[in-house]
Amino acid sequence: MSEPLVELRQLHKSFGDNHVLRGIDLSVAKGEVLCIIGPSGSGKSTLLRCVNLLEQPTGGQVFVAGVELTHRDCDIDKARRATGMVFQQFNLFSHLSVRDNVTISLRKVLKMKCAEANARADILLDRVGLGDKASAYPAQLSGGQQQRVAIARALAMEPSVMLFDEATSALDPELVGDVLGVMRELAEEGMTMLVVTHEMGFARNVADRVIFMDGGVIVEEGNPSQVINEPREERTKKFLANVLEN
Amino acid sequence: MNMSRRQRLQLVRGGIYALTIAALALLIISVDWGALGGALFKWDVVKKQFPDILTSALRNTIIFTIFGFIGGLSLGLLLAIMRLSKSRPYRWFAATYIEILRGVPLLVTLLILGFGIPIATGWSWPNPYLQGAVPLALVAGAYIAETVRAGIDAVPRGQMEAARSLGMSYTRAMVTVIIPQAFRIIVPPLTNEFVLLIKDTSLISVLGVTERTLDLARFGRNGVNDSANATPLVVAGLVYLALTIPLTQLAAWMERRSKVGRR
Repeated sequence: MSEPLVELRQLHKSFGDNHVLRGIDLSVAKGEVLCIIGPSGSGKSTLLRCVNLLEQPTGGQVFVAGVELTHRDCDIDKARRATGMVFQQFNLFSHLSVRDNVTISLRKVLKMKCAEANARADILLDRVGLGDKASAYPAQLSGGQQQRVAIARALAMEPSVMLFDEATSALDPELVGDVLGVMRELAEEGMTMLVVTHEMGFARNVADRVIFMDGGVIVEEGNPSQVINEPREERTKKFLANVLEN
Repeated sequence: MNMSRRQRLQLVRGGIYALTIAALALLIISVDWGALGGALFKWDVVKKQFPDILTSALRNTIIFTIFGFIGGLSLGLLLAIMRLSKSRPYRWFAATYIEILRGVPLLVTLLILGFGIPIATGWSWPNPYLQGAVPLALVAGAYIAETVRAGIDAVPRGQMEAARSLGMSYTRAMVTVIIPQAFRIIVPPLTNEFVLLIKDTSLISVLGVTERTLDLARFGRNGVNDSANATPLVVAGLVYLALTIPLTQLAAWMERRSKVGRR
């Protein structure tokens, strides 16, 4: 296997006395789709947020596309461009139109010309099925539409890895499918993805690998059918029993 | 004594109304309206206030207000950002500045900066407008800083995270994402600051400004001295109201609109 696109080495994170990540080692290959499952408070969102250093790890190293983000001399603003992130609460910029949400980083960070940025935005918005909403404002859209704009916004910077932090957890059930559909297409196009999710169906059908986290450590990992259908660890079995029951 | 609670309340309320009306009637009968009107609103004195009250006094009040507001807004923005900074000396400086200038009455600050400093140092204000407007802006900055900080705090944390995740620096995210949203939130309170500032310009006249820089309040007071009649002050008060009422109504309207609006 070639050099991994994302690599975490002995990653630790504490909030005060609360030791949330207790030494995580993980590598993700280019084009791989990794789903991270686990009970709330298990550290899975914190893990994801350490990959683009939205959370500063208290120990260990983070590498993305060959750059060590945890290095003292790392230009974090530049290094973050290699990652795109989608949040549970969408976090669209409410004062900007849909198109401007997608283009703002192109114009302000990459200093791209307006016309060029708009052209790229229109392609991306078409891709997530919202070409006709370019001049709407976020508050005029449904949650599912907002989340698809957020995906387009993250893709605009042409990241080499996409991070999804419970992207469908805040959505009404009937809107989840559209967002998962966009994520699935992205996976099929070969995007490298780290997906924190409660959607076991998505994990089973789309992921190349699933990891189960609990108490700040990776308890179990493997291919999706093995982890989800035939878990080996007691904690994994218990968690899955609870999730799949509902 | 078999009255219900509600009946008793109605009786008490009726009594209060009756007393109020009686007191008002007594006032109306006992006051010499002719004398009062002659002292407070004498028509030929009213006419004498114009046009100078508009072309000179109102103009000066507006100059002081605008300068104070623009200066105060720039300073307030800077102080608010310092107050939220990671660097402790910045936070400390901003907090101290805000505490001191909000804690000392504007009148005292005006006298210290307008008179005290020139007397102590031998330096004099190059321009009589600046002598009043600079202290006003320095104090307004302290108040506006707190308003702006509240606005920035009211922008959801996820907005900063989303901006940073797209590769923006902290400063870039502040300028393009956080501050524009904060300003939408604080337009109504900022309008109220503006109204306060209009009224506070009346204190500048303690600095004994020149004929050229007379503001509305001082113009009214001088008018009283000239005419031995209180009418000029009443006219000045009405001109203040003509400025402030539309603005407070505008602020109220914007506040209502932002509640039913996009967010």
